[in-house]
Order: sequence, then C-alpha cells, then structure tokens
Amino acid sequence: MNYNWNWDIFWELSPDATGTYMETLLFGLRWTLATGVTAWIFALLLGAVVGTVRTTPIKWMVILGDAYVELFRNIPLLVQMFLWFFVVPELLPTDWGTRVKQMPNASFWTAVVALSFFTSSRVAEQVRAGIQSLPGGQLMAGTALGLTLPQTYRYVLLPMACRIILPPLSSEFLNVIKNSSVALAIGLMELTARARSMQEFSFQVFEAFTVATVMYLLVNSVVVVVMRWLERWVSIPGYAGKSTGI
Amino acid sequence: MFENFDLDTISRSWEVLIFQGLAFTIKVTLLAMVGGIFFGTLLAMMRLSSIKAISWIAGAYVNLLRSIPLVLVIFWFFFLVPYLGAWVISSPTPIKVGAFASALITFIMFEACYYCEIMRAGIQSIPRGQVNAGSALGLNYWQVMGHVVLPQAIRNMIPVLLTQTIVLFQDVSLVYIISLPDFVSLASKIAQRDGRLIEMYLFVAVVYFVICLALSMLVKRLQLRVAFVR
Repeated sequence: MNYNWNWDIFWELSPDATGTYMETLLFGLRWTLATGVTAWIFALLLGAVVGTVRTTPIKWMVILGDAYVELFRNIPLLVQMFLWFFVVPELLPTDWGTRVKQMPNASFWTAVVALSFFTSSRVAEQVRAGIQSLPGGQLMAGTALGLTLPQTYRYVLLPMACRIILPPLSSEFLNVIKNSSVALAIGLMELTARARSMQEFSFQVFEAFTVATVMYLLVNSVVVVVMRWLERWVSIPGYAGKSTGI
Repeated sequence: MFENFDLDTISRSWEVLIFQGLAFTIKVTLLAMVGGIFFGTLLAMMRLSSIKAISWIAGAYVNLLRSIPLVLVIFWFFFLVPYLGAWVISSPTPIKVGAFASALITFIMFEACYYCEIMRAGIQSIPRGQVNAGSALGLNYWQVMGHVVLPQAIRNMIPVLLTQTIVLFQDVSLVYIISLPDFVSLASKIAQRDGRLIEMYLFVAVVYFVICLALSMLVKRLQLRVAFVR
C-alpha cells in the first residue's frame, strides 16, 4: 500500500477559509455540535409532548400522535432534509417562502428543523414505552388520591418515566449528533463535510477522516460520561437497582 | 401552492425511478442484510468468546463503527476499499472498485455492527444450561452454536432483525453523497433536469413512507406471533 502519509497537513493553511486545516475541522465540529444540541432540545420537547399524548385515554390524540411518529419514522432522514430544504419553502405563501430562502444560515436551520422532527418521533416512542412500563396501579392511585389526569402525569407518571428512559435517550442524543452529518447533503459545512472538502483540497484522505473520526469519538465519550453521571444523580435509591450501589 | 403541480414529470419518469433506482436500493438492502447478519453473527460470537483478545477486537470494531456517523463510514470505505484491495492482492496502485461493490461492502461492514448487538442479545437470551447440555452430549463449540443456540437466537430475534433491515433500507439512501444511482439520487437528478423538485421529492417520500409503513406493520404482526409461541 503506497499512500503518502502527511500528518503535518493539519498545520497548513486551507484554501477555503482563513485558518489551518485543523481550525477548519474544529469549526466543523462546532457546527456539528450546534446542530446536534439545538435539534436535541427541540426533539426532546416535541417528543415528550407527543409521547405523553400517546399514553392518554383520549382516543383522537393517541391516533394523532401515532400518525406523527409513523410519518417521521418511515421516511429516510436525507429525504426529509430535502423536503424541508427544497419543497416546504415552495409550498408556503410566496413572500414567506422568499423570506425562508433568504434566511442567513438556511442550511443550518433546515437541518435543525429536519433533525428535530425526525428525532422527536424516536423520543416520543421512548417516552411512550417509559410511561407504559410503569405499573398501571400508579395511574389508579393518582386518580384515587383525587388528582386530575394532568396532575397524575405531572407528579406521578412523568417523574418516574423520565428516569427510566434516560439510558435510551442518551443513545438518541448520540444519534442526533451523528445524524447531523446527513445535513452535508443540503450544504451544511459540519465536521464530515469539512473532512470531505479537506480531502478534496489536500488529497490527504485518511488523515482528514482519521481526525474527524477521533473528534466524533471524543464527543461520544464526553456525552456518555455526562449522561452516566446524570443517571446516577437523578436515580431514586432502591428503585432501578444497580445504580445506587448499596 | 399546488397550482403548478405537475404530475406529468412523475408519469414520465416513474419507471426509471422504480425499476432502476428503487431496484438498486432494494438489491443493496437485501444483499447487505444477508451479509450483515452473517458477519454480525460472527462478530457476536467473537464478542461473547472466552478468549479475551478475540472479544476485545470485535468489541472495539463494533463500538468504533457505532460511534461515527454512517456518512463518514461511507466516505471511509469509499476511499479505503481500493487501497485495501491493492494491499490484499499486493498491487502497487489502488485497485478500481465498482460503485455497487463499494456501497455493498460499506453497508455489510456497517450494518454488521448493529446486527451484532441484536444477535448478542439473542444469544445471551438462550439459557446457559442449553450450552452446557450440548457440551455434555459431546458437541463441540460450532455444533452447539449451529444446532442449539443460533437457531433459537435467530428465531427469537427475527422481528428486531427485520426492524433493523427497515432502518438499513432507509440508510441506503445515503449513497446519494457518493452519487451512486439509488432511488434518491436518480430522483434528484431527474428533479434538477426537469426543474421539478417538489413533485419528485414528494414522490420519493411517499414511496418510502408506504413501503416502510407496510413493512413495519408486518413486523409488528410477526412480533405478536413469535411472542405468542414463546
């Protein structure tokens, strides 16, 4: 295998921006994190609402919630990005559409919207599973105490469900960071896109991809450590066993 | 809003889209599923191996590929496979790998990691006593795996394996980034040629939605049946 390794390439100036290749990649990492975290916040809010609604006894809301989840789960993320980027602005009233298209950082906001809806359907599924995994007696106990349905959810069901679904949620958070790389197809210059463009300018394919990979691994490890700490911090002693240690 | 909607562009190109684009996507999906389950099962057996080195290697590979985005993995393999091929046949220059083979290798190697985790759970769900019983009967490792553990593990995991295949079917759309002629790439080429982005992308979305929804409903019914027998 004769490939010219050149690790010094990272300290050379890149042609597309004002800094070295390393700075370009770090800038890409910032876009990746910004996209992932922003989309994650919206996805959590939306997913929590939709997932909760799907467990209520109100039938039409359950059907609506199910339809929402099926809609965003059964279309590939790439196609959803294209829909939000190319199709939705055209379907809006003309002056709105123009305003959307002229927005600064349009690809960033499109990516955030697409990722939020896509991820929220997965979060909703976790939230529903979390609430349904609670013993049915909890809802009855809440009702017997005279709590209204919203109160039962607020004080009994949701605080427990939140803790149960923390581990699957943290892997969804990792997914949303990874999925933000799909946004390169609509022109967002995040980490993978920058590694790709570095390869095009410098021909140092494997150096570029190695560093991008290491950056993703670092982000992953940080998220895993933080989420583990969070799981321990919110765990209820005596419930869900292992984490308390005694 | 929909006054300029042009169904004609779809009626002119749907045959190409379905019989070339979607056919390519389905072909990659099915072959990657077979290869992925095969290598995934091997990886799972390696991860559960009592030999530390083997289980460490498999674990490292699976965790590495699971923590980087598929888009980056596609790029990696796209550039790496020609060099690896050259290394295998000791050729001085990178060999040429066809687009189809490149995509297939990528998805087999990537999905194997996800199938591995499913198969690992499947193997671990088989009571340990069955392995011991097999050994007591004088079966060796491969016989115990092949005749006792894996048939049950695969059977129990069929719904999950199929769900993962639906994810794989959606993921194949990402070969768009290395411009392979899959369903999405062809649609976007035709969309740009005809200037009909709205119609084309909506058509693609509807086709994906219908197929994936139908498949996931089938899997749900299958799940009930499998669960019932157990």
